Amino acid sequence: MSSEQDEESQSQPQSHGQGEGRSIRCLVAKVGLDGHDRGAHVISRAFRDAGFEVIYSGLHKAPDEIVQAAVQEDVDVLGISILSGAHDTLVPKIMSGLEEYGAREDTLVLVGGVIPEEDRPELKEEGVAAIFGPGTSIEETIEFVRENAPER
Amino acid sequence: MNADDQDLLDALLEGHHRALARIISKIENRAPGYRDLVSELYAHTGNADVIGITGSPGAGKSTLVDKLAETYRERGETVGIIAIDPSSPFTGGAVLGDRIRMASTIGDMDVFVRSMSARGTLGGLSTATADAVKAMDAFGKDKIIIETVGAGQNEVDIVRTADTVAVLVPPGSGDSVQTLKAGILEIADVFVVNKADRDGADRTVQELQEMLHIGADVGFGGSGHHGADAMAGTDGDSTDDTDTETDSNDLDDWMPPIVETVATKGTGVDTFIDELAAHKSFLVDSGTHAKKVRQRYAEEIRTLLREDINALLEDELESAGGVDELAEAVRMGETNPYAIADDVLTPVEDCLSEADIEAVQAEFDS
Repeated sequence: MSSEQDEESQSQPQSHGQGEGRSIRCLVAKVGLDGHDRGAHVISRAFRDAGFEVIYSGLHKAPDEIVQAAVQEDVDVLGISILSGAHDTLVPKIMSGLEEYGAREDTLVLVGGVIPEEDRPELKEEGVAAIFGPGTSIEETIEFVRENAPER
Repeated sequence: MNADDQDLLDALLEGHHRALARIISKIENRAPGYRDLVSELYAHTGNADVIGITGSPGAGKSTLVDKLAETYRERGETVGIIAIDPSSPFTGGAVLGDRIRMASTIGDMDVFVRSMSARGTLGGLSTATADAVKAMDAFGKDKIIIETVGAGQNEVDIVRTADTVAVLVPPGSGDSVQTLKAGILEIADVFVVNKADRDGADRTVQELQEMLHIGADVGFGGSGHHGADAMAGTDGDSTDDTDTETDSNDLDDWMPPIVETVATKGTGVDTFIDELAAHKSFLVDSGTHAKKVRQRYAEEIRTLLREDINALLEDELESAGGVDELAEAVRMGETNPYAIADDVLTPVEDCLSEADIEAVQAEFDS
């Protein structure tokens, strides 16, 4: 083991976040009527292991509830998992809710799940930073969050 | 304080939720300038009732807090909740899951739920919690609930930032009641036997009662006979010194009630709220509240000083090349940690003779 690695393994937990005392906060949200949360669980656990603070919303939340949680928890990252196909109605509602509280600009919004290619530009236009479909590696998602979590 | 922070503070005082959320983040992150912010908050605090709720994992804390919040809302009071979950000692990451259980009031912005993780800071969580409570207090919340797993000293320190502490004891923890004795049960102002519809609830209540009575008899965490005698005595005399007499016994006069609840159904929540209110009135009427608040601030001052001095030394160590070299010297048998600590601290001790604490005190004596 090189001395560099040695140092890394002994560093304080918070150094995995951004700077001193700073930790990336994420809300992993299940919105709407779809009841499949395996993926949300896996991503929550992976984020935790990456050193993030993860708040999981639980199943069947309304867009308003997600907005409330995102605002109150002041999360850096909002990951929305949708497998029901209702993304084109639910995501805009969440985005305008964030707007209402002035939280839209500096929240990194990600969507995960089954999103057809032709729907993606519209979501991106709504302000979604990235869409992770089936088969995305967890490392890729974590890397994206690390690089794009808002500095504030 | 810079202009952005001033705007944030103004927005919080005007009741903007996002500003409250943002300020709590600053407190948690110890972002630059957070001290000035918190200092400004003090002038606006002191109106909220702060309730601490603790107990073993799975005791039903979050569910009970949810029902508590719902009931307070029905009574027209606003609620702030700080839910603390552990963080990984290895990665610092955390899954904060208390929010899921708080579904009764979801969609109601007047219940402000904030999840916090124990970020592994040096005793810093209790400071961060206390500061977050101040932010919610200044925001205008009527009731602030701190919820944390009752696992160790750290958690005990956290709930101590509350006026009233409720400890949840689930049925069937007969054996663990014994092990808990010299810790978390001592800080309870109210006991809650949650899941009271389960087998063994009566037994748990009985064991708690026994513990309290034994405690009263030997004067530990005392109350019961002792308190009752003192009260009877003061009733008899109508002399002037009765006030001071009761003052010295105040802490002994509260006998923690035991409330049975079924949080999932909301059973017993009203009784629980009544007991919390009764404890608050006791605190105020007996003058214990002022004493408690004073103790709390004393602890805050101590913690701040400890953290600040520690930070100063850390910076000094860092600029001198870090602690690693020194640690290596100890490993090689060249020196030992005590000698190093002495060397580092000698100049600090010299400076202390110049620290004029009396002048600071004199400023407020008039």
